Amino acid sequence: MHYTVCKELNSVILSVSSQINFVCLISRQGKVRLTKWYSTYSQKERSKAIRELSGVILSRGPKLCNFVDWKGHKVVYKRYASLYFCICIDEEDNELEALEVIHHFVEILDRYFGSVCELDLIFNFHKAYYILDELLIAGELQESSKRTIAKLISAQDNLVEVAKEEASSLSNIIAQATK
Amino acid sequence: MALSGMRGLSVFISDVRNCQNKEQERLRVDKELGNVRTRFKNEKGLSPYEKKKYVWKMLYIYMLGYDVDFGHMEAVSLISAPKYPEKQVGYIVTACLLNENHDFLRLAINTVRNDIIGRNETFQCLALTLVGNIGGREFAESLAADVQKLLISSSCRPLVRKKAALCLLRLYRKNPDVVNVDGWADRMAQLLDERDLGVLTSSMSLLVALVSNNHEAYWSCLPKCVKTLERLARNQDIPQEYTYYGIPSPWLQVKTMRALQYFPTVEDPNTRRSLFEVLQRILMGTDVVKNVNKNNASHAVLFEALALVMHLDAEKEMMSQCVALLGKFIAVREPNIRYLGLENMTRMLMVTDVQDIIKRHQAQIITSLKDPDISIRRRALDLLYGMCDVSNAKDIVEELLQYLSSADFAMREELSLKAAILAEKFAPDLSWYVDVILQLIDKAGDFVSDDIWFRVVQFVTNNEDLQSYAAAKAREYLNKPAIHETMVKVSAYILGEYGHLLARRPGYSPKELFTIIHEKHPTVSTSTIPILLSSYAKILMHTQPPEPELQNQIWTIFNKYESCIDVEIQQRAAEYFALSRKGASLMDILAEMPKFPERQSALIRKAEDAEVDTAEQSAIKLRAQQQMSTALVVTDQRPPNGMPAQPSIGPLSLVKVPSETVDSQNPGDQGLTHPNGVVYKEDPQPPSQDIIGDLLGTLSIEGPPGAVAQSPQSATYEAEGAPSAADAAALVPVGEESGSVQPIGNINERFYALCLKDSGVLYEDPNIQIGIKAEWRAHQGRLVLFLGNKNTASLGSVQALILPPTHLKMELSLVPETIPPRAQVQCPLEVMNLRPSRDVAVLDFSYKFGPTMVNVKLRLPAVLNKFLQPITVSPEEFFPQWRSLSGPPLKLQEVVRGVRPLPLPEMANLFNTYRLTVCPGLVSVIPCVSDRFMNLLNMFLLVEVELTGVPLSLV
Repeated sequence: MHYTVCKELNSVILSVSSQINFVCLISRQGKVRLTKWYSTYSQKERSKAIRELSGVILSRGPKLCNFVDWKGHKVVYKRYASLYFCICIDEEDNELEALEVIHHFVEILDRYFGSVCELDLIFNFHKAYYILDELLIAGELQESSKRTIAKLISAQDNLVEVAKEEASSLSNIIAQATK
Repeated sequence: MALSGMRGLSVFISDVRNCQNKEQERLRVDKELGNVRTRFKNEKGLSPYEKKKYVWKMLYIYMLGYDVDFGHMEAVSLISAPKYPEKQVGYIVTACLLNENHDFLRLAINTVRNDIIGRNETFQCLALTLVGNIGGREFAESLAADVQKLLISSSCRPLVRKKAALCLLRLYRKNPDVVNVDGWADRMAQLLDERDLGVLTSSMSLLVALVSNNHEAYWSCLPKCVKTLERLARNQDIPQEYTYYGIPSPWLQVKTMRALQYFPTVEDPNTRRSLFEVLQRILMGTDVVKNVNKNNASHAVLFEALALVMHLDAEKEMMSQCVALLGKFIAVREPNIRYLGLENMTRMLMVTDVQDIIKRHQAQIITSLKDPDISIRRRALDLLYGMCDVSNAKDIVEELLQYLSSADFAMREELSLKAAILAEKFAPDLSWYVDVILQLIDKAGDFVSDDIWFRVVQFVTNNEDLQSYAAAKAREYLNKPAIHETMVKVSAYILGEYGHLLARRPGYSPKELFTIIHEKHPTVSTSTIPILLSSYAKILMHTQPPEPELQNQIWTIFNKYESCIDVEIQQRAAEYFALSRKGASLMDILAEMPKFPERQSALIRKAEDAEVDTAEQSAIKLRAQQQMSTALVVTDQRPPNGMPAQPSIGPLSLVKVPSETVDSQNPGDQGLTHPNGVVYKEDPQPPSQDIIGDLLGTLSIEGPPGAVAQSPQSATYEAEGAPSAADAAALVPVGEESGSVQPIGNINERFYALCLKDSGVLYEDPNIQIGIKAEWRAHQGRLVLFLGNKNTASLGSVQALILPPTHLKMELSLVPETIPPRAQVQCPLEVMNLRPSRDVAVLDFSYKFGPTMVNVKLRLPAVLNKFLQPITVSPEEFFPQWRSLSGPPLKLQEVVRGVRPLPLPEMANLFNTYRLTVCPGLVSVIPCVSDRFMNLLNMFLLVEVELTGVPLSLV
C-alpha cells in the first residue's frame, strides 16, 4: 500500500484558547446543587448536559482517576463527602490545574461557612454563587488568594447588612413620624 | 449552619427537600411557580426584599432542572435597582438564568454601562462579572472600550481591574472582530509588570487569548512571561497568600507556560537559556509527595512544562528526560498521573526523535489497555493508535484484536475502527491485512461497518496475489458453526468471485463451495440474500463442465426467490435464472469483477473528518500543522479524474466515541440495542434459561389434564412481561360483552394447537373465520392469515393490527378494508425473530358487521419453538457439550410426574413437533439438540430427557 502524506491546513476551525465551559455541583443522589455556565448553552442543552453527566460521574467507582471524556470535552471532578464538584474543560486544557481549582473553591467555601457541608450549600446556594463569581469569570481563574476572596465576600455581606439597617432605621423613622 | 436570612426561601428549600418523591417535588415546585407568577403580576405591591426572594426561588427551581419561562424580566429589572442588595441579586440571577442570546439582556445594556463607567466600585464589579460571564456581541460593541479603560486605569483598584481583564477576555474571545486590540501589545507588556498577582493572573489569561489569535503582535510580552515564570518557579517575592500548598500560584505558572506555547519559538538566546533553566528546574525538581493537593498542583505545573519543552523542540537530551519521566508516570499507581502520563506521551508522539524511546514502553502501555478505569483505557488506546507504525503494527493490532474480545461495549466500536485503520495504514503485507479484518469481523461483527468489508473486497479485487489466499481464508471461516452475518457477506462474495482459483484443492469444488455457503443461508437477513444469489450465479458460471445436480439446486433457489417481496432479491433471482440458461454468454456477463479505481479509504477519510470536526485550535495542534512530516494521517492518492470516492453508505457511526453510559449499564440490561439497529447479546444465561423452561413447560401440555393445571410451566405462553393485551382477559372478544357475536370454539385451545402445528384455524365466529398457515426458516417466518367472510353480506371496517413484542419484527401486508361476501382474503405476515423470548405477538383484529363492531385480540403462534432448527448430533458429540454446562441457569432440570406412558416413537414425534431431534442410537436417554436459532445469536440448546419409572417394555 502506498500513501502520500497529506494534511489539511485550512479546515481547522479557529477557536481561541481554552477555558472552563461550566461548573456544576451534583449530590450523590443526583440532585443539582449549583450550576454555572461560561460557554453558551441553551436551557435544553443545560439540562441534558447535567443529566448525562451525572449518569457518567455518579456511576464511577472510587480509586479511579478524576477525569472523564465527555463529548469532545473533559470533565474533571472530585467528590467531597456527598457532593461531586465537576468542571468541564476543553480537551487540551490542564486537568490537574482544573482539579485544584475545585479544591481551591472548596477551601474558600470551607473558610466562609466554617467546615462546609452539603446542607450549607443547599440553604445558601446564593452565597455559593457570590463566592464562585469572585473565583472565576469567563471560565478563567480570577483570584488565587483565599484571603483576598474572603475579604471581598465579607465586604459584600457588610454592604447588604448596612443596607438592611438603613432600611430598618428608615422604617423606624417613618414609623416614628407617622405615630 | 449559616441561614440564608430569607425565611421564605429557606422554608421553600426545606419543603422541596422533604418531598418523598419526584412527583411530590414537582407539585411543590409548581405551586411555588404559580405563587411567584401571581406575585410578579402585581409587581407594584412587591417590596425589594420580596422581589429578591422570588427571583432566588426562581433560580433555585431552575437549578433543580425545571423550566422557568417567566420572571426573567423581574430578574433583569433588579439590576437597575439603586441599592446594592437588590442590584447584586439582579446581576447574579440574570447571569445564571440567561445566556448571551436572550433578548432581555438588551434591556440591561444601558444600566450595565452606567454601572461600569460609574464611580461605584462595587457596582463596577457586579457589572464586569455579568458581562464577563454572559456578554454577547452587543455588549462587546457598546462596552469593550470602557472595559479596556478600566483595565489600564491607574486609579482603579486591583479588584476592579482583574475583573476588567477577564471581562475583556470574554468579549474578545467571543467577538474578536468587534474588540479593537490594536496597539495593545505595549499595554499587555505593562500589565505583565503588575505587582498584584490577582490582576497578573487575569491578565495572563487575556494574553493567552490574544497571542493564540496573533502571536506576531505580542513578541514584546515573551521575555516578560519568561521573567514571570522565573519569579514564580524560584519563589521570589511571592506573597504567602499566593502560594498554594507551598507552591507559588500553580495556576499562574500554568497560564504563563500556556502563553509561551503560542509563540512559535524563543529566539533570543538569553531568554531561551533562562527559560530552559526554569523548565529544567521544574522537570527535575518535582517530587511525589504525600499531600494530594500539593502533588496535583506541582504536577499540573510539571505537565505544562513538559508541553512547553515539547513545543520548544528542546535538545534531544531534554526530550529524552521528558519521555523518561512520562515512562515513569505511566507505571505509577496514582490513576491521575497514569492518565496524564499516557495522554502526554500521545502528545509527545508529535516530536519525531522520541518515538523510538516511546516504543520501549509499549508493554506497559498495553497493560493500561486493561486498566479498570475506562478513562485510562481510552488514553492507552489513543496512545497505541498514535504510536503505531510499520515496525510495530503487527504487535499492536494483534494486541487490540485480542483485547477486543474482552473490551466493554463502550469501547468496542472505537477499538475495531482503530484496529481497521491501523491494519490498512501499516500492513506489512496484504495477506496480513485480510487476516486482521476477517478476525475483526469474526470478533466484533456488530461494530464493523460496511465500509470495512467493502475495503477488503476492494483490496482483494485489485491484488491478484491475494485472491486465492482470501478465498481460502473465507472458506475457513465458513466452516465455523456460528459466524457473524458480515462474515457471511464477505466470504460469500470472495468465494463466489475467487473460489474457482482453488478448485483443485480438496473441499473447494463448486458443489462444496455452494453447500458451505448455502448452509448459512437460513441464518441471514434479506440484506445478505442478494450477495448469496450473486455468489451462486458465479459458482454456477465457474462450474465447467456444468453439473446438472448443482445447476438444479441453484435454479431451484433462484426460482424460489423470483417471487420474493424484496425487489432487489426478486430481480437478481429472475435475472440470474434467465442468464444462467444462456450457456456460454454467461461467462461474459458474469466475468470477474474489474479492478476498482484507487480510492481514498472511506474509513480513513471519515476518521479524518471526525478529527477535523472536533479539532480545536490549540498550541499542540497548531504545531502539529507546522510539522507536516509528523502527520499521522495518510491517505490514498485520489484518482485523477476526481471521481467521488466510495459512495457513502449510511452515516458511519463508528467514528463517534460511544457514550459512557453503556458502560454503566447494569448486567441485567445486556440486551443492548445498538444504534445501528442490531441487537447483540453477550450473556447467554437468561435466554437459555428461558428456552429450557419454555420447552419443559410446553411439554407438560401434552400430559394428562391434571398435570397441565398444576404445572407452573403450563402458563408459558401466558408470557410474563408480554403486552398486557396478551393476558387471558384481553383475549375475550369485545363483541362478546355486548352479547352479539360469540366466538366458536375455544380461542386458547386453538392457539395452543397452532403452537404445535403450522396450519389451522386461529379464530372463528358466526361472521368470520381466521385461518393461519405458517412456514418457518431459522429466525424468519412467513405466516399467511386467511380471512374468510362466512356471510352473504360484506364485512366492513376490517382492521388488523399487529402488536409485536420487542423481540419480533413483524410486517403485515395490507389488509383490505372490506371483505366481500363469501370471500377469503389472504394476508401474508413476515416475522423475524431478533432474540429468544417467551413474549407473544398479538393480532388486534376488528371488523364491522351491520351496526356491530367486533374486536378481538388474538395471540399469534409465532412462539419460541418455531424458530428452533434441529441438527443431528452423535452421542459422542452431545455428551461432552452437555457436561460442560455447569448448571443453572445454563442447565435446568425439571421432573414431570404423572405423564402418561408414551412409546418411544411417539415420544420422538412429540419432540419433533417442538423442532427437537432425537439422536439416534440412544436407548434410555434422549438427547435433543436444536441449533441456530437466529442470525446473530447462534446458540445451542441441548436438552436431555431422562425417562425413569417408565415400564421397560415401552423403551
